[in-house]
Amino acid sequence: MKVAIINYSMGNLSSVRRSFEEIGADAVIANHPSALYEVDRIVLPGVGAFAEGMAHLNQGGWVTALHDVVNLQNKPLLGICLGMQMLASKGYEGTETEGLGFIPGEVKRIDLLGCNERIPHMGWNEVCYKSKSVMFDNIPEASDFYFVHSYAFVPTNSDNLIATVNYGCELTAAINSHHVFGCQFHPEKSSKAGRQLLKNFMSYSAC
Amino acid sequence: MLKVRVIPTLLWKDFGLVKGVAFDSWRRVGSVLPAVKVYNSRDVDELIVVDITASNEKNHPDHESVADFSEECFVPLTVGGGITSLEDVLHLLHSGADKISINSAAFSDPQIIDATAGRFGVQCVVASIDVRRFDDGSYHCFSHSGTQDTGKDPVEWAKELVSRGAGEILLTSINRDGTMQGYDLELTECVAKSVNVPVIASGGAGNYQHMIDVVLQAGASAVAAASIFHFTEQTPAGAKQAMKSAGIPIRQNFLSLNNK
Repeated sequence: MKVAIINYSMGNLSSVRRSFEEIGADAVIANHPSALYEVDRIVLPGVGAFAEGMAHLNQGGWVTALHDVVNLQNKPLLGICLGMQMLASKGYEGTETEGLGFIPGEVKRIDLLGCNERIPHMGWNEVCYKSKSVMFDNIPEASDFYFVHSYAFVPTNSDNLIATVNYGCELTAAINSHHVFGCQFHPEKSSKAGRQLLKNFMSYSAC
Repeated sequence: MLKVRVIPTLLWKDFGLVKGVAFDSWRRVGSVLPAVKVYNSRDVDELIVVDITASNEKNHPDHESVADFSEECFVPLTVGGGITSLEDVLHLLHSGADKISINSAAFSDPQIIDATAGRFGVQCVVASIDVRRFDDGSYHCFSHSGTQDTGKDPVEWAKELVSRGAGEILLTSINRDGTMQGYDLELTECVAKSVNVPVIASGGAGNYQHMIDVVLQAGASAVAAASIFHFTEQTPAGAKQAMKSAGIPIRQNFLSLNNK
């Protein structure tokens, strides 16, 4: 099973690649959109700002390729942190920016969502399940994952909300729609719980 | 709710893992890479790796070694030692560091904190402060692995660093370092009360109760320790269990449902 990690010049990808290698996956860093047609799974990682991330995806030709392989070829996609936020219809970091639109929703600063704690939300925090998903198979409820973010995904349809995290208010921790998955936390930095989540993503099959 | 972290500190000198007492009499205790692997297999919360000779010998951070460490690190990794420029920071982040720790350079060029936070975000800036307590009870910040007295007061310095963009403070008592006599509670409390970012207490942990005390009595958000893990049978997992029994929120080590 081959997984491509999209390199769109937003942060270091080696820890994501290493995490997939640890679970026995054949992980490649995709430097060009054509690579997405040759793999079974796609990961959109990312650290940084929404507008900048989308600009890089657009300039690199990734947006068209992603819609192609995800919508037409039904390849499973996992967005991590900023990569998860960009799955949304729209983001409000910096300027109002159109997202990839795989899962309807908007990305807003967490203080505007009712969080009165210090920003960014950084550290180990426990997730609370909202609906069942293959993403958290074999992971006990209230397991801790590693978060670093100032913005959060607000899904339009509550069906897409898989898990939340409490940080002054309830924030989205994980989302899912068909074969598109997203997690706000960093599974590659979440030790064994994160490794299990990546395993679940690799073993997911649509049925 | 965010969890209180237990963080092993790995000090590194000429490729070897070392540990000293009061920032002196360094003793080699192994190699860094195997230690990174072991701590990861034991599911620790975070790791701090510091090159203790880089600043004194004016070396740039060895980002190639850091890349090797990060390859084996599946938890957040903080790297320090010898960082003097934005370029150093960039190299380390590209090598897989999640956060960088700045100490000596902040005294000569405090702007480096502003610049790093501005470019890479406050979440990756850990300001490290090494503090020596004098016989009259006063405290001074020291730079260059505890060799140079800067004359600065730790509380005032911590406030300045946070106002410039430090996302966390790593606070080390030089006097307690390696003694295993307990953290400097007074120092930790003064600093933790004066800033609104997490303070990582460091220097002096000799048993689990010391960790519990510095969290409950002095307000530390995380505990860093080295000797206790290198030289005794106490472990990060044991520390977390003891802290949990004392009512401190900690991250439970992961147990897969299918292995139960």
